[in-house]
Amino acid sequence: MNASALTSILIWLPIAGAILIWLLPLSRYATGALALLISFAEVGFWIKQAAHFNFSQSGLQMSEQANWFGDLGVSYHVGVYGFSLWLVGLTVVGMAACASYGFWVGRDRARAYFGLMLFLTGATVGVFEAQDLLLFYAFFEAMLIPLYILIGVWGGARRVEATVKFVIYTMAGSLLMLAAIVAYGLQAGTFDLVDGPTSTSRWLFLGFMVAFVIKAPLFPFHGWLPDAYREAPPEVAAILSGVIAKAGLYGMLRIAITKFPEPTSFYRTAVLALAAAALVYGSLLAFRSPDFRGVVAYSSLAQAGLIALGLFAGTNLGFDGAVLQMVAHGLISISLFLIAGAVERRTTTGEFRLLGGMARGRPALATLLMTVGVISLAVPGSAAFAGEFLILGGVFQRAWWWAVIGAGAIVLAAMYMLRLISAVLHEARGSTVTNEALDLRPGELALIVPLVAGLLFLSAWPASISNHSFSGPSPTASVRSQFK
Amino acid sequence: MTLNTPPIDWFGLSPVLTLIGTGFAALLCAVLVPRAARRLVTTGISIAGFTAGIVLAVWLYVDTPDGHTIAAGAYYRDRWTSLGQIIIFAVGLATTLLAAEHMPGWSRDSDPGRRDDHVAEFFALLLASAAGMAFFVGSANLITLFLSLEWFSIALYVMCAIDYDLEGSLEAGLKYLIVGSFGAATLLFGSALVYGATGTVSFGGIADAIAAKGLTGDTFVVVGIALMIAGLGFKMSAAPFHMWTPDVYEGAPTTVTAWMSSATKVAALLLTFRVMTTAFPENQHLWGWAFAIIATISLAIGNFAALVQQNVKRILAYSAIAQAGFMLIGLSTGSALGARALMFYLIPYSAAAFGSFAIIAARERELGVPVTLDNLAGFGWERPFLGVAMWFFVFGFAGLPLTGGFVGKFYVFAAAYDHGWVWLVIVGVLATLVSLYYYLAIVRAMYMRPSEELQMLPGGGVAVSGGAPARERLLHLAVGAALVVAVGSLFAVQPLIDLAEHAASSLPL
Repeated sequence: MNASALTSILIWLPIAGAILIWLLPLSRYATGALALLISFAEVGFWIKQAAHFNFSQSGLQMSEQANWFGDLGVSYHVGVYGFSLWLVGLTVVGMAACASYGFWVGRDRARAYFGLMLFLTGATVGVFEAQDLLLFYAFFEAMLIPLYILIGVWGGARRVEATVKFVIYTMAGSLLMLAAIVAYGLQAGTFDLVDGPTSTSRWLFLGFMVAFVIKAPLFPFHGWLPDAYREAPPEVAAILSGVIAKAGLYGMLRIAITKFPEPTSFYRTAVLALAAAALVYGSLLAFRSPDFRGVVAYSSLAQAGLIALGLFAGTNLGFDGAVLQMVAHGLISISLFLIAGAVERRTTTGEFRLLGGMARGRPALATLLMTVGVISLAVPGSAAFAGEFLILGGVFQRAWWWAVIGAGAIVLAAMYMLRLISAVLHEARGSTVTNEALDLRPGELALIVPLVAGLLFLSAWPASISNHSFSGPSPTASVRSQFK
Repeated sequence: MTLNTPPIDWFGLSPVLTLIGTGFAALLCAVLVPRAARRLVTTGISIAGFTAGIVLAVWLYVDTPDGHTIAAGAYYRDRWTSLGQIIIFAVGLATTLLAAEHMPGWSRDSDPGRRDDHVAEFFALLLASAAGMAFFVGSANLITLFLSLEWFSIALYVMCAIDYDLEGSLEAGLKYLIVGSFGAATLLFGSALVYGATGTVSFGGIADAIAAKGLTGDTFVVVGIALMIAGLGFKMSAAPFHMWTPDVYEGAPTTVTAWMSSATKVAALLLTFRVMTTAFPENQHLWGWAFAIIATISLAIGNFAALVQQNVKRILAYSAIAQAGFMLIGLSTGSALGARALMFYLIPYSAAAFGSFAIIAARERELGVPVTLDNLAGFGWERPFLGVAMWFFVFGFAGLPLTGGFVGKFYVFAAAYDHGWVWLVIVGVLATLVSLYYYLAIVRAMYMRPSEELQMLPGGGVAVSGGAPARERLLHLAVGAALVVAVGSLFAVQPLIDLAEHAASSLPL
């Protein structure tokens, strides 16, 4: 098989699988099994793609292009760069874990559920692989539809408000992006991301950035975040914060910074300030949050701020660190949300005042939560430490005070993560923690342990990502040359 | 004295003539065919008529690379006409399928003896209105324009009121008749002023006369154009000429609403684009701005009014007003890109508009009461296929990338930007954002209501008392076809744009 075909297969296999699942009247068990099969096939195809990827070669790889509508210069153009390869990997691995979780807990209306999960996989992979602006936009929007229904149907009690807020926020941003895309593409004569020229228009830059800062999200565009993360089913919240939020950050890197170098440096301080605000504010809210998911949700806001700091530092270290941190945080937050789901299933709540003392007699749960938590608070030697260190180094080169703010936030991260660990695992036994609340079952271990293993691997060898995201020694040079 | 009859290109008129012929045949069935076989026979005639119409229109499209007028300059034989006719006939065919199992309106179903009362008349009217619309999109002078407008309008008035046991249907018919006549009179008055100023009725002749005599700023011409825009605005249900739309769409039998909301809009928008670009190219600055403003008003009124509706047919009616606004953005540019955008937009739009009303018809038939957001609860889980189709249609209306509506929106925005109207792009974007709220409300109603909120059968409709809903195979077929067109137009953009481009090349752009 042609290696380029893998790029399209990764997008269309899950979407075809979704349609198949909707059409076939299979039983719940068979539907879930088929969906998992497709999810794991995705992981297999991604491994194959990574094996074929040449990390020393610059430019787009494994690209495929077909005419979509030629009169405006729009085409179906997909391909991968080093950094997009890692995000595709995060997507397929994360989605496989989350779909497995859905299978494990036995979501009702299995055909609708698994079809939507697969559709979401395909759309998200599409975002990271699209090399045409309109195609990017189409996938960016397509992610929203399954998320809307997944949260709205399988979510918690206040799911309807959560979905409305989520959709209106994100659509407000992405519709402005559509206007910017129309203007950019008609000025440039093409919508192709690879061939497209750079632009100096500050308005267009802002049009794109609005969509990305809402999706990421950065302060003060995070209004949708707490509700969506709390009301979504845990595995959907995991995807949202682990994978979907990365699409906003990816868009900053692939489009905003790359195509708009002049506006980027003009607005650099403003974006860095928003990112720093998200970092500090998110960390403080995470520390104050009364429940498990709240901590993880606000820590995602903080981490999005940190990654944006790295991206907009505009230095070699910053770019490398940001890509590494995107993947590391993706794995961390998927693991944490799945563990949160496991805890909620056992105790019916995520509120700290009702939890506590779960470490006793539940060694697997305690070990996994401790491991992920410690990696997440960036203990030296962990993947998150490597990522945060690179980002802080990168942003230090821009101006020292950004690094000071970032380092302060890492202290806050330690505070909220240790608070979470002790509130769930230690302290006095919570009123909802009964003896029936068993340790993690083998099925749950099978989902979470591989994610944690991935984190440990990244901790051991962070350079596997940070040195393999941009071809050549200098990410800033690749960004300046638009990855050509 | 000899009367000189002009040479007539019968082949050029054949799609219209076929529909007239089959319409008469259907009418004859009302008296000649026994009641038991009437539904079957007239459905067959209608299907045959629309299929033949499509075949002939396709043939004419292929056979007419360079457009020209026929029948003494009364009618355009060109690709713009043919493509418009293909869309209208396809909707007509789908409407036939929708009506075949179930006569418009559900009120007579309780009385099996009266079920097939007007089946032949209904199909005769459907075919006649389709013929009128087909002639309307091709009309080449002010006389044929007005005559064909009245022709299909009168058929539609009767169709709205055909469920005459119901007050709503009668009211809809009467309201549409009065407001529609007012619109037609406005159009006629405008036409008379234009004729008075230019001394000719043919579109091409009007343009020549305006250019030759320097009538661009002439009061009669300007007022005439304004009145014609108002008259045509009634037919395309653009605000501020929209006030009949929600009431008529709500009151008319849903089958008729499905037909009106898609086919009438296709005919009115295509014809308007032709009149404006062919007859008044010199006044483009004038009508371009007029339509841009009408588009803005339609987007604002349609979307904001839809937010507060409970009745799903009314929501979709306001959404149809807003959708007219989007298409008018393309129209207002008067450019080749705008023509392509308009033509392309109409394809997924007509499929989705028809399909969404067809699905409402299905729900109405099973409940026996008007469909509201409340009694739509759970519909998506009970009828999975119709539910999925519905969310494709409404998300497509909202411009999410599930149907060609996404590409259509992109095209009209591109046309506006290309024309230098960034503000209109922003208006469109904001309108889309508002529209999202009520489109999502429909999906929410179908899928996300807790089951204890399900309001089954408040009226105790007969159609459902037997248990499982009727297996309406033809309705499913029609919805499925609409779904295929709507989704297919997202992928097959290039071929459709080529068709639209060839069609637009017959206009003087």
